[in-house]
Amino acid sequence: MNWSAIIIALVQVVLFVFLAPLLVGVMRQVRARVSGRVGAGIWQPWRDVRKLLRKDPVRAQDSSWMLWAGPVALLVSSLLLCVLLPLVGTIPFALIPSDLFVIVSVMLIGVVALALVGLDGGTAFGGMGSSRHMTVAALVEPTFLLSVYALSIPAGTSTLSLIVQTRLDTPEIIISPVSVLAIVALAIAIMAETNRLPVDNPGTHLELTMLHEAMVIESSGRDLAWLELGSWLKLAALLGLVANLVAPWGVVTDFSLLALLIGVVTIGVKVLLLGVVLAVGEVFLAKVRLFQVPELLAGSFALAFLAVTASYLVA
Amino acid sequence: MTTLGAGLILQLVLASLAVITALTVTPAWRARATGTLSTLLALSGLATGALAMTGATGGIRIPVALPMDALILAPDRLGGLFMVIVSFVGLLVSIYGISSANGPATSRTAWAALPIFLVGMQLVPAATDSVSFLLAWEIMTLGSTVLLMADHASRVTVASAGIWYSAMSQLSFFLVLAGFAVMAAATGGTSFATMATIESGSWAANLAFVLFLLGFGGKAELVPLHVWVPRVLPEAPSHVSAAMSGAMVKIGVYGALLVLVRLLPEAPPWWGILIMVLGGASALYGILQASVSSDLKVLLAYSTTENMGLVFLGLGASVLLRSYDATAAADAALIAALLLAVSHAVFKATLFLGAGAIIHATGQRSLDQLGGLGSRMPLTALSFGIASLGAAAIPVTSGFVAEWMLLQSLIHGGRLDGEVVSVAASVAMPLAVAVIALTAGLALLTFVKAYGIAFLARPRSSAAALAREVPPLMRFSLLLGALGVLALGLIPGPVAAVVAGTLGDETARAAVPVGLGGVALPGIDAVLDPVMLVVLSALVLIPILIATVVSARKHPERINALPWGGGGSRARPRMQYTATSYAEPLVRVFDDVLKPSRDVQVTHVGESRYLVERVKIEQRVSDVIETRLYRPVLNLLQRYGIVARHAANGSIHRYLTYSFVAFLIVLIVVSL
Repeated sequence: MNWSAIIIALVQVVLFVFLAPLLVGVMRQVRARVSGRVGAGIWQPWRDVRKLLRKDPVRAQDSSWMLWAGPVALLVSSLLLCVLLPLVGTIPFALIPSDLFVIVSVMLIGVVALALVGLDGGTAFGGMGSSRHMTVAALVEPTFLLSVYALSIPAGTSTLSLIVQTRLDTPEIIISPVSVLAIVALAIAIMAETNRLPVDNPGTHLELTMLHEAMVIESSGRDLAWLELGSWLKLAALLGLVANLVAPWGVVTDFSLLALLIGVVTIGVKVLLLGVVLAVGEVFLAKVRLFQVPELLAGSFALAFLAVTASYLVA
Repeated sequence: MTTLGAGLILQLVLASLAVITALTVTPAWRARATGTLSTLLALSGLATGALAMTGATGGIRIPVALPMDALILAPDRLGGLFMVIVSFVGLLVSIYGISSANGPATSRTAWAALPIFLVGMQLVPAATDSVSFLLAWEIMTLGSTVLLMADHASRVTVASAGIWYSAMSQLSFFLVLAGFAVMAAATGGTSFATMATIESGSWAANLAFVLFLLGFGGKAELVPLHVWVPRVLPEAPSHVSAAMSGAMVKIGVYGALLVLVRLLPEAPPWWGILIMVLGGASALYGILQASVSSDLKVLLAYSTTENMGLVFLGLGASVLLRSYDATAAADAALIAALLLAVSHAVFKATLFLGAGAIIHATGQRSLDQLGGLGSRMPLTALSFGIASLGAAAIPVTSGFVAEWMLLQSLIHGGRLDGEVVSVAASVAMPLAVAVIALTAGLALLTFVKAYGIAFLARPRSSAAALAREVPPLMRFSLLLGALGVLALGLIPGPVAAVVAGTLGDETARAAVPVGLGGVALPGIDAVLDPVMLVVLSALVLIPILIATVVSARKHPERINALPWGGGGSRARPRMQYTATSYAEPLVRVFDDVLKPSRDVQVTHVGESRYLVERVKIEQRVSDVIETRLYRPVLNLLQRYGIVARHAANGSIHRYLTYSFVAFLIVLIVVSL
């Protein structure tokens, strides 16, 4: 057993459980300030989770165990992402490396759990959100896989830790055209996957715009707490992945206490910075129509495909 | 006689016994007696197949009076694998059929056809020459056709399905026959060993390959030869559709493997590209149709087209990569294709049996009429759910491992030692990854829809509200299938090693077990251990569960008719999303491919133009390939038939003239 991998995984989970609500708090606060409101403060998401855990969950009649199991499954899938992704360090497990396809499948467990929770309430909103969510998820997946595939070609492996490691060792490939194309495609895919603007507007409850909110609208109490925390963790982990792909400096490659400390601080700063950039960007973005989302995703898919073929044929 | 030969004879004996029992026993005992004998037949097939997989040799030899080689049934290791696959499905189906068959499916003919169908499927992989191969193939087709036609008297759709099935399966048969004929003409023998001596790259090899691909592809439901699938699989009794989709289409895959591994192993790159194109098109087209379908069995039928498309995509990638000497990736792709075939057999059979259980309990096939079955049929819901996860390739099921391996082989296939292997491969591999990703995404939507709409929330019809769990034997069969899906997914290492071993000793080294049942692909540096993934999930699950339980003790759940309901106070099941509405965004996105037809009828209140009494909307998605490719041909044939009718008006003088003219022409031609 490689203890360093286990320690890093443990640190990542603890750090991100702490960091994810903070990230969302910071993003909400930034959005509030930029659009001229006071905002609730950066600790509000934490307070929300605590409050929700102290409430009786109200569940719809005729609903099944899915209403409580689904949120737990989503949270487990998000926590697994935090374990497997190279966030603080790039030391992979021996038997389950941070393999691209495994990561995507683990993420899909959460997607499925959320979609089933949306259906189980038995209301029109839940079904609508679930249907839209799965449509977007189906269209995002090719971009997701292809963009990381493009990044994997210089490293010669689909293990994300090794990809980050390669980029750390030879930083010039980070600004190569192939890598830039792939990162842009990946960023669009992640925005769609985590239900952010311009695909979904996380701040509204309008039936025309809802995707994520429509699915969780019937959940309450700890069910809602797990759903929210799970979604935040997924956002934080995926932003962390992008941050480490763009700027891999600071991640732990050789295990030591100092390196671990530096790794924790740098990933925290990177994720929060990226969150601020995203939040500021979102203030100036409008949500696109649902049926224009496929065009956006097709565009990002084209970028990713270009990146893969270019890295085969040019490099 | 060897053990293997004894096993084969036992299968034949059991099959004959089952047929005799079906024809003689009284209706009250028919299902139990024939079902038990069919179960034994499946078990003997499993044992014989497993024996063949371990490398046992021998078989049975049937001399014939005709001037050709004797018929020899002697499965090799690959054949043994497919015997095991079809026998396992046969086992599930036989047990299930004992209590599920009702109405016309309990007739003498229908029960006699089941063992014939099963033994036909078991013998195709045992054949070592083209004649016995084709004989077993026809036995299989005959059995399945009779089974399909069980209900033809009461439902007109069954009769139409029967015609489509017969026509398409005979087309497949003739294509395969033509393929063997070309091979036999080129090599001068009907046994596979002689045929394998064909000169690679010759025109005969190329022609035979195309014929075989179309013939076996037709059996394996590849686009555009899939048109029988959405008609036949939904109309057959559910245990029969499970056998057809779970086992019979695998025989098509076996045929393709026989050609690519045994008969024509040295393939030019264009074969690989052709197979990949066919496979990719089938995968995308199949899953698109499945995702918009609201008939549960049609959905599953189209999903079979998708899965077989992925299998052929893997086969094609393996052929393409092997032709460029990227052996490690080619081996991985081949093993992945086989694993996908194995896992598809298990999860699709379970899904069809689950659909059968739903029909048994509600009499409904349309998802739009179901809902809320999860609390009424918990075991069916559990097995269907697990099998759905397998079909959607979610960890830790068998489908996930197979797709993972396929993707791994594709992304490592483009380069060999850091060098690009060829331009064709470097375009084909990313495209294949994209196709698989899109199909995986759509499959996810399809099975979330199937499971969520059927089993969750409130029942949408009184039939669904009154549903009861199915009888014990059906439940047993369902659970056995679901366990198979999980087992194949949890210990892919040994499974992959066994599967790889059936392809030959060199391929066997491409997949080795590692860790706790995990699999490693040493040639392309990929490792995956699903058990470890489960352990990790369990570790992160513990704190969440503790928090949940603590919170639940202090704050118990409250059940409310409808917490929010979007502001409304009436909670009616009709307000829920249906399968049709669930797929609506997708139908819009893929409007150009699916070409849906909509029919909206608005009834107004009295004289008002603005107040609406009721709106009826109907949306149909037809099979574009059927309407654009087959309909014109059929119309042409029909027009020819109408014209030709004038030529045969019953006048004996006219017929005598025809015979005379024909005789004259023959004489002239012969004398030339």
